[in-house]
Amino acid sequence: MNLRAVWAIYKMEMARAFRTVLQSIVSPVISTSLYFVVFGSAIGSRITEIDGISYGAFIVPGLIMLSLLTQSISNASFAIYFPKFVGSIYELLSAPVSYLEIIIAYVGGAATKSIILGLIILGTASLFVPLTIEHPFWMLSFLVLTSVTFSLFGFIIGIWAKSFEQLQLVPLLIITPLTFLGGSFYSIDMLPGIWRTVTLFNPVLYLVSGFRWSFYGKSDVSIGISLGMTVVFLLICIAIVAWIFRTGYRLRN
Amino acid sequence: MPPIISISGVTKTYATGFKALKEINLDIERGEIFALLGPNGAGKTTLISIVCGIVNRSSGTVTVDGNDISRDYRAARSLIGLVPQELTIDAFETVWATVNYSRGLFGKPTNHAFVEKVLRDLSLWDKKDAKAITLSGGMKRRLMIAKALSHEPRVLFLDEPTAGVDVELRQDMWAMVRRLREDGVTIILTTHYIEEAEAMADRVGVINRGEIVLVEDKVQLMRTLGRKRLLLELRSPLATIPETLSRYALELSPDGDQLTYTYDNQSERPGVASLLRDLETAGIQFRDIDTQNSSLEEIFVNLVRKDA
Repeated sequence: MNLRAVWAIYKMEMARAFRTVLQSIVSPVISTSLYFVVFGSAIGSRITEIDGISYGAFIVPGLIMLSLLTQSISNASFAIYFPKFVGSIYELLSAPVSYLEIIIAYVGGAATKSIILGLIILGTASLFVPLTIEHPFWMLSFLVLTSVTFSLFGFIIGIWAKSFEQLQLVPLLIITPLTFLGGSFYSIDMLPGIWRTVTLFNPVLYLVSGFRWSFYGKSDVSIGISLGMTVVFLLICIAIVAWIFRTGYRLRN
Repeated sequence: MPPIISISGVTKTYATGFKALKEINLDIERGEIFALLGPNGAGKTTLISIVCGIVNRSSGTVTVDGNDISRDYRAARSLIGLVPQELTIDAFETVWATVNYSRGLFGKPTNHAFVEKVLRDLSLWDKKDAKAITLSGGMKRRLMIAKALSHEPRVLFLDEPTAGVDVELRQDMWAMVRRLREDGVTIILTTHYIEEAEAMADRVGVINRGEIVLVEDKVQLMRTLGRKRLLLELRSPLATIPETLSRYALELSPDGDQLTYTYDNQSERPGVASLLRDLETAGIQFRDIDTQNSSLEEIFVNLVRKDA
């Protein structure tokens, strides 16, 4: 194992995050605060509580999940797309590093940034609403698992993308709508019958639901299914990455 | 001593069906400077990219110091430093950070003293805290070389290293290449400046349309394929070349002052002696005589043209 290479890439990725601290950390914190103002205060004044949880507190896990998904994808996809775009990827491809090491370093870097961000948003949220975390272990597990899974997903997008437009395509057209429709801001019990069934096909629902359970012990779907779905998505991403590296898809051809 | 790089039966066909390399066989000897010449699109960069692990080959084997580039890729790649043709650097990193990153990427322990020496040797030390984006083209080229040397490679690939660089940098670069060779580093370079290959290389390989057309010791190559020119400065200008000298295919300069005779120096009968005799018979006197070897560039152009 070329641990020095893993460390070199990881360190470089983290340095990039701190160099662009405004974009990486500050802007998601500001947008989350805006969600609180708009959803928490404006809508929250009409919906007082869901499942016995105040509306402001109810949306916190969903908001963290929203940032976690979009930031994990954008961090990891950009990290591998940018060297591809400017051509500096030659160095990575010519270095004595295995595919596993490349993934550990890049996905690790992107996931670390997301986890830090998730915790910052959690801290910010606690300034607005009273929070309880009933299952801290599972809360952290979901945080880590989701960050890693979606960083891996972002890594795949970064390798697949041939332009900046394609890089933005999946996060904007798929992830953001799925997150908004995945029960981040409401309980699926509030939806009419048919839409409730449709929502069950949205994978983000399981992430949000599981994460919310770790906070309040209440969820739209059972915690086992939530965890299972997340792990399944992780395994799919691992399989795709393994295929990419075995064939050299869009990297060595 | 076995060759440091051994390329055997390597082919590359791109997804578009384009055959970039057709059955390449090439050995690079330890400690030599090998110049790979070829016109644009001949397959030079593809070949280098395959050896360095950037592009997958379609078939064939490559070993670096006995290590197969697929099976023992770690050992093979850690021996190689690559300076690609394009200036491709993460623009927002500092010189210091990016060179240390390269060293780490190749699995070498942190060694600030060594990185400092590399930067000083390349006149980059003053710029160590500057971001790559602020550097001039020449400085960026130096930075690319610093990154390639940061992990102490035993084989250095320089892909068109002097394209678009000024005279000073070019001279610095060749001085550095000579120093590296003295330290036992094998250097493989591609260049369009054939006079550089002529001045620097021990051996020359010519690649054209994905095939190695020739590999030869440079001196031997110039001796074998070289043509010589005999230049005669005439005492009095000639209006035309006399009929009696027509079999020599002489060239007369526009002002009629100089006759040029081109001949094959490997020939049993180059015809120099008989020409001089016939000139005397024709009453043509000369005040000076000179001979010139043809340059590597002429040899190269002839080879590629013959192959076309």
